[in-house]
Amino acid sequence: MDTSQESKKQYEKMVETVSPNSPILKNCLRAFFSGGAICAFGEGLYLYYSTFSFAEKEVSLLVSITLIAISAVLTAFGIYPKLGKHCGAGTIVPITGFANSVASPAIEFKKEGMILGMGAKMFLVAGPVIVYGTLSSVLVGIVYYFLGR
Amino acid sequence: METKRIGKQTVRLREPVVIRAAASTVGPKEAEGPLRKYFDETVEDIFYGETTWEKAESHFVEKNMRLAVQKADLLMEDMDYILCGDLLNQCSGSIFGTRQFKRPFFGLFGACSTMGEAMSLGAMLIDGGFAKYVLAGASSHFCSAEKQFRAPLGLGTQRPPTASWTVTGDGAVVLGKGGYGPVITEITTGKTVDMGITDANNMGAAMAPAAADLILAHFLDTGRSCADYDAIVSGDLGWYGRDLVVELLEKEGCHLDERYTDCGIQIFNQRLQDTHAGGSGCACSAVTFCGYYYKMLMERKIRRMLFLPTGALMSQTSAQQGESIPGIAHGLVIECPPKEEK
Amino acid sequence: MELIKAFWVGGLICVIGQILLDKTKLTSARILVAFVCAGCILGGLGIYEPLKEFAGAGATVPLTGFGNNLAAGVKEEIDAIGWLGIFTGGLKSAAGGICAAVVAAFLAAVFAEPKGK
Repeated sequence: MDTSQESKKQYEKMVETVSPNSPILKNCLRAFFSGGAICAFGEGLYLYYSTFSFAEKEVSLLVSITLIAISAVLTAFGIYPKLGKHCGAGTIVPITGFANSVASPAIEFKKEGMILGMGAKMFLVAGPVIVYGTLSSVLVGIVYYFLGR
Repeated sequence: METKRIGKQTVRLREPVVIRAAASTVGPKEAEGPLRKYFDETVEDIFYGETTWEKAESHFVEKNMRLAVQKADLLMEDMDYILCGDLLNQCSGSIFGTRQFKRPFFGLFGACSTMGEAMSLGAMLIDGGFAKYVLAGASSHFCSAEKQFRAPLGLGTQRPPTASWTVTGDGAVVLGKGGYGPVITEITTGKTVDMGITDANNMGAAMAPAAADLILAHFLDTGRSCADYDAIVSGDLGWYGRDLVVELLEKEGCHLDERYTDCGIQIFNQRLQDTHAGGSGCACSAVTFCGYYYKMLMERKIRRMLFLPTGALMSQTSAQQGESIPGIAHGLVIECPPKEEK
Repeated sequence: MELIKAFWVGGLICVIGQILLDKTKLTSARILVAFVCAGCILGGLGIYEPLKEFAGAGATVPLTGFGNNLAAGVKEEIDAIGWLGIFTGGLKSAAGGICAAVVAAFLAAVFAEPKGK
């Protein structure tokens, strides 16, 4: 087989024509409705918790905790991956997706022990989210401290 | 020195090596597929009574290898060598599956082409006079492969249409000299071919050039063409990988017709089982050969086939470092049992 | 009315994620990282806050909201305690969510076994 750069490029084109693309319209519709539903549910929780005498910050946190808990339970029962298959980004982008990405490696790697398995691998997927989130917040902080106020 | 080599990549065995028995054990999803009735054992429990995916895979290896030896009317002690491999790091599926057998063991890695590698080397060992019987096999497990190569099973991700589904199961053959059964006559060993594909969700595209390269080399070395075979069967290229092989060979002036197919296409029902591009993994070619093709050869419905398991030779580290995915294929010519010996 | 606003804004943010997923072949971890960073930067620039006012959970439930939270926390903390807030503000505001995720994941891992597909 000729593996020159030129034939590699030709082959790449051939692969592109043969391989089907993801059904992007269908996927987007599913992501819209599922992600929207999760957010609307969150809003519903927000309105419900607001009827009690909580401060606004407490209500926001309660909403997050409720969604995280629901997601962890659905992950534990193996339901979340089934939703994720159909909903795509609709179940990845909301905070439930974040919780799923923490709970699923925790469950999967508990077989390698509670410390080096579950403990060490819990943030296998979500770790970079925290890392880059923290870094961006420091960046925002520096800019705000020197320029923003 | 007399040589058994014919051409650059192909050897012709002095005496055909007989596949004395073949056994296949598969998981629940494969058991729902179109080849269901050809498998020896179908296991409903994806854990196979174990507590981890890795142990489950080893359980498949152990049970199925014992079954192969039993079907050949032999004892484990008769096996001069065990050759097998899988997808897990350090071939652990095979090692823990065969450790009770206490027989001389070669652990192999050829990614999903391992079955071809094991059968090739086993046949050579026998033809070289180093062994009377060789037990050769390969295994994979959907869950252990997902855990190692992709993501935890509980993560809610979407599979693109070009992704393939790792077959759960083990396929094993007992190779021997003499006796009745389909025979291995020629072996074409593949080269590592890298056409620069980096998408780990499109393994068929990564491996197709290696398969095309092997088929071409085989035809060149033997002077045969597609018409000389009842079936040409690649390992786990899936639907789109098969199309790519046909197209690549067409460009080289070599026409493949419907006699060319792929185990990854046959093992699942693409539409009903939602397996996207098709089956993959070491077990894909192993169980399809040991289940379906072995019986077709025994019934003489296929008289001569070119069996070429394919593998994507990547690791997680190589993928993360941005390396492309090299492919390989291992070809064997397998013929139906000679008539007079029955 | 709040529910409808949350629905379509949240849905649209997810659609952006889906387009990235299908068009760029990014893994979901990379998309989560991109969303948190984007949310944090937009929050830092003060662009995300009006969206939050408008859509409520539609803006806070997607991970961009988590990023915005980090930015808001940093600003608030700097206003309260000065430069030290650069280091404490972000994680402090995220602490509730992260801690809840750790506790929920731990409990899930204790009680659940891995499941096949």
